[in-house]
Amino acid sequence: MTNMNLYSRGDKLFVIINMVLIGLFTISTLYPFIYITSLAFSTGFEARAGNVVLTPVGFTIEAFKYVLADPQFWVSYKNTFIYTIGGTLMSLAFIIPGAYALSRPQLYGRRFWNLLVAFTMWFNAGLIPFFLNMRDLGLLDSYFGIIIGFAVSGFNVILLRNFFESVPQSFEEAARMDGANEFQVLWKVYMPLSKPAIATVALFCIVSRWNGFFWAMILLQDEDKIPLQVFLRHTISTLSDDQEFGNSLLDASYSFETVSAAIIVCSIIPVLIIYPFIQKYFEKGILLGGVKE
Amino acid sequence: MSSPSTSSKLERFGEHMRREWQLYVMLLPLVIWLFVFLYKPMYGLQIAFKDYSIFRGVSGSPWVGFEHFERLFTNDQFLRALKNTVVISFYSLVFGFPMPIILALMFNEVLNRMFKKTSQTIVYLPHFISSVIIAGIVITAFSPSAGIVNTVMGWFGLEPIYFLTKPEWFRPIFIGTGIWQESGFQSIVYLAAIAGVSPTLYESAVVDGASRWQMMWKITIPSILPTIIIMLIIRIGNILEVSFEMVILLYQPATYETADVVNSYIFRQGIQAGQYDFAAAAGLFNAVIAFALVMAANTISKRYSRTSLW
Repeated sequence: MTNMNLYSRGDKLFVIINMVLIGLFTISTLYPFIYITSLAFSTGFEARAGNVVLTPVGFTIEAFKYVLADPQFWVSYKNTFIYTIGGTLMSLAFIIPGAYALSRPQLYGRRFWNLLVAFTMWFNAGLIPFFLNMRDLGLLDSYFGIIIGFAVSGFNVILLRNFFESVPQSFEEAARMDGANEFQVLWKVYMPLSKPAIATVALFCIVSRWNGFFWAMILLQDEDKIPLQVFLRHTISTLSDDQEFGNSLLDASYSFETVSAAIIVCSIIPVLIIYPFIQKYFEKGILLGGVKE
Repeated sequence: MSSPSTSSKLERFGEHMRREWQLYVMLLPLVIWLFVFLYKPMYGLQIAFKDYSIFRGVSGSPWVGFEHFERLFTNDQFLRALKNTVVISFYSLVFGFPMPIILALMFNEVLNRMFKKTSQTIVYLPHFISSVIIAGIVITAFSPSAGIVNTVMGWFGLEPIYFLTKPEWFRPIFIGTGIWQESGFQSIVYLAAIAGVSPTLYESAVVDGASRWQMMWKITIPSILPTIIIMLIIRIGNILEVSFEMVILLYQPATYETADVVNSYIFRQGIQAGQYDFAAAAGLFNAVIAFALVMAANTISKRYSRTSLW
């Protein structure tokens, strides 16, 4: 908008106040993360006394040492990677071919198949039947259960189907002339053209897998299989019950607060690393998925 | 006894399958997955009307009619959970719904692109952080001894409060956390709507000497009103959807009175206490109402968008 250089004094004031308000909102979004990071790097004594406000007090990495020395931390970190990578690949293996088939006009009963997907977004059986079903399938306490049990979300199928539908027919004509079959058309024509949409779906899967907590807590009892989020939750709830936790009360170099904060920092870091990629795609992704049916 | 038309239909279908079988091979895994993991549990919902025993299984357990539902509607805890769900949703809507709209309007008025991009990047971030971490931050920040909130209150000479054990504080904290976490992300939809407003409208307003404030009220807001209304309808349709994962992470027995929602109640009764049939009845009730609301919202928003958007 080139006309925006023409503005009055009132406009200038408006723009400045607006910037200040946005700045405040941004800072208030950021602050809890700064607070938790500072807490993680403070001594347990200062943290417990409530002296940490903005920056670390009595800078120390004792809390991180404590966390990183816990073998359970590494086991659950490894598990989170397994669930995230395995789960995302599993999701794509179901969603990409399925969404492609649903996007083809010649598919028999196309309306019915699409409705079958869409219905799962409006109605679900709820916690108990899903849990009993997983148990009946023998998928409790199993890596495979977590990976396959949450592979498909109707939203992602429809998002990708919408994208495939928007690809002009002309793109595939050359491949069809060469006698390509459906698998080849999907692989050589649609997949390369749909990279942004597939990346969006993949990132949605990665984020939901990385953050997944509730079902992992319910379905996994074996400590060797729990993901990071469940470990974090266990740590926070068990340590908070243990008021005396810390290496020494008078001169504590770490405490419940700093150890919790250190685990939080450790589990946010991977999200921050992939965040630029997420940001590149998710805006488009939401808008694509928003155009349902 | 097949008439010529059905046999030619069958022939055509056979021909179609010979040519297009690959599509069905691609579709099959997805359909099987949907049946095994989502439709089979729907069949399992019948335990809401049964005296479910693990040994007899879903089909083998005896029917008991509406017994569980009768217990449900005379159960104070369930009724309390239902009420809490609606109350929490209602306040989230009242306080949370306007926030992303205001944010989007404000972002739209930022001229410095660098500033805009940086602050957008930051305010979208909490959406991608897990509820366990968010709850962990909340628990730490509101802790009675070490938490920043009580520290700041101490500066003003206020007595420390153990917020998370106080029923009257649960809802403000829960709803505030939700607004903090999601407002930025939800503003994307409105920013997209604003981006679709025709620039010529603004150009002619500038010629008429309109201020930016006036343009916001006279052009931007009316132009995105359809989006606002559709989002509002969708939100109302989802009124039973309280993020119960966050509830479970933040509540404790001392705050159940204001915090317990339908799904956290189902979780405790079903998965923790093992009353599967009773909890499934609560879940079925919840799902049916939610489905009706979502369908109504879809229909209304479709009708609305057809008449006013195109």
